[in-house]
Amino acid sequence: MAAFIHLRPTTRRRLGRWATYVLAVVVVVVVALPVNWPEIGRLFFNPEIAAKMWPTVVTVALKNTLIYTFAGFVGGTIFGTVLALMKIGRGPFGAFATAYIEFFRGIPMLLTIFAIAFMIPIAFPGASQLSGVVGGVIGLIMVTAAYTAEIIRSGIQAVPPGQAEAARSLGMSSLQTMFWVVLPQGFRIVIPPLTNEFVMLLKDTSLIFIAGLMVTEKELTTFARDDVSKYFNATPLMVAAAAYLVVTLPLTWMAGKLEKKLDPKR
Amino acid sequence: MSYLVPSVESAQPPVVIRGLHKSFGDNEVLRGIDLTVRSGEVVCIIGPSGSGKSTLLRCVNTLESPTRGSIQLLGAEVTDPDVEINQVRTHVGMVFQSFNLFPNMTAIGNCTIAQRQVLKRSKAEAIEIAKKNLTMVGLSDRMDYYPAQLSGGQQQRVAIARALSMDPKVMLFDEPTAALDPELVGDVLAVMRDLAKAGMTMLVVTHEMLFARDVSDRTIFMDGGVIVEEGPSATLVTAPSHKRTQIFLKRVLNPTAIDDSELGETEAD
Ligand SMILES: Nc1ncnc2c1ncn2[C@@H]1O[C@H](COP(=O)(O)OP(=O)(O)OP(=O)(O)O)[C@@H](O)[C@H]1O
Ligand SMILES: [Mg+2]
Repeated sequence: MAAFIHLRPTTRRRLGRWATYVLAVVVVVVVALPVNWPEIGRLFFNPEIAAKMWPTVVTVALKNTLIYTFAGFVGGTIFGTVLALMKIGRGPFGAFATAYIEFFRGIPMLLTIFAIAFMIPIAFPGASQLSGVVGGVIGLIMVTAAYTAEIIRSGIQAVPPGQAEAARSLGMSSLQTMFWVVLPQGFRIVIPPLTNEFVMLLKDTSLIFIAGLMVTEKELTTFARDDVSKYFNATPLMVAAAAYLVVTLPLTWMAGKLEKKLDPKR
Repeated sequence: MSYLVPSVESAQPPVVIRGLHKSFGDNEVLRGIDLTVRSGEVVCIIGPSGSGKSTLLRCVNTLESPTRGSIQLLGAEVTDPDVEINQVRTHVGMVFQSFNLFPNMTAIGNCTIAQRQVLKRSKAEAIEIAKKNLTMVGLSDRMDYYPAQLSGGQQQRVAIARALSMDPKVMLFDEPTAALDPELVGDVLAVMRDLAKAGMTMLVVTHEMLFARDVSDRTIFMDGGVIVEEGPSATLVTAPSHKRTQIFLKRVLNPTAIDDSELGETEAD
């Protein structure tokens, strides 16, 4: 030990680093040795099963996941913007927006989707023909709006007040100022957190199963789960995971790029 | 080419302020301001930091709402809730210390957005007017630049062109050169001098005493929320009669000198 301390700092650091690597390899080997690899391969990474899922995993499941995500995101962002504006405006609308946001952020999304999907046909008897998935997507929108509202509000408030003052002093109305000057800059600021919200939403569409899905309405997770029971094999879960990653990884990467590009000026 | 300054139709002075008070909570910032600016007149406002100069200017186009008193702007009483304030503001240009250009628009875009949205001018007309004004402030080669690509002096000149593109009848300037590097101040002041020569009605908060002396007709010294002294600029800047004005001017014109007679007020600028 004393010898170690007397080494040069660079040598000491290099030795320390290599010791960590060796230790990590040892841990991995110790854990991996007793694993039954052939069984894992057959049950989780079975190419034959994966082949059977093709092409519906993309043409139905991934497609539906993307549709639900886009619907939830577009609807949630529009509704969220309205909520953000209400909250900034204060007054009774502000109190409503605050209550709404806190309420829906405070309960599990699964519960909201479930409740909305079952309430709609009862509340509006005319809508009883509607498929459960519509209620599910509405639930998705309502919860997403609560989250995006807070993001957009922070973006709007990050725009320096001088911007609005300049617009107002040019004779623009408060609505024109919001629409042409504040919102475009606010949105720019929140592109990274909004992208993050999009990725979260993409994964949360898996909760929509609770609304009851028909075969053609299945999204990735439900599709995979049903295939797991059909084939008595977990490979579909791995395929679904890969399908999610195909969308989320490029998105997060792009968001990072965008954030850098938007950061320094403009 | 020179600036086209629209004439003010009514015989009434474009800015008439009477008994203006403004408080932020318990802090009474303006304590009874009376000020009239005649058509074509250039009035400079000087005074120590915190004396309420910006607040006065911001009250004039109701970026702040007065606590008490009356402000008639182009014949309209801005404190009257039934006055279309956006309508009035359209005819009053404001230039800020921090430029406040829209960072997501080019110089041209900055100068056209309000023309298009407020005055409902056609795109072609708005661009033509913007180009004319940007050329006037010496930026004909920077029209497609974004604010971040321009120097402070250039940004401030874009801000002036932006205000001028609305054909204002009155221009308000709040320390337009205070945020600029010394070598860029001259370009902005030159633009303002030309504008004054063209007959624009101007109300200018500034620490540029030479500008006040040489360009403005009248200078006002404010301290503690009141007008302490006002008079023809040449007289007020070179031979002020009030003690407080004398101390302030001495300090501004000779910032390194230390004078025991000062009353311990702070002057950050
Ligand atoms: N929005 C506001 N809320 C509360 N207090 C304010 C607000 N704006 C200004 N004040 C206060 O009013 C006083 C006067 O401010 P003002 O900006 O008018 O001074 P000024 O003469 O322009 O000073 P400077 O030369 O530093 O720009 C200051 O004490 C300031 O703290
Ligand atoms: Mg000020």
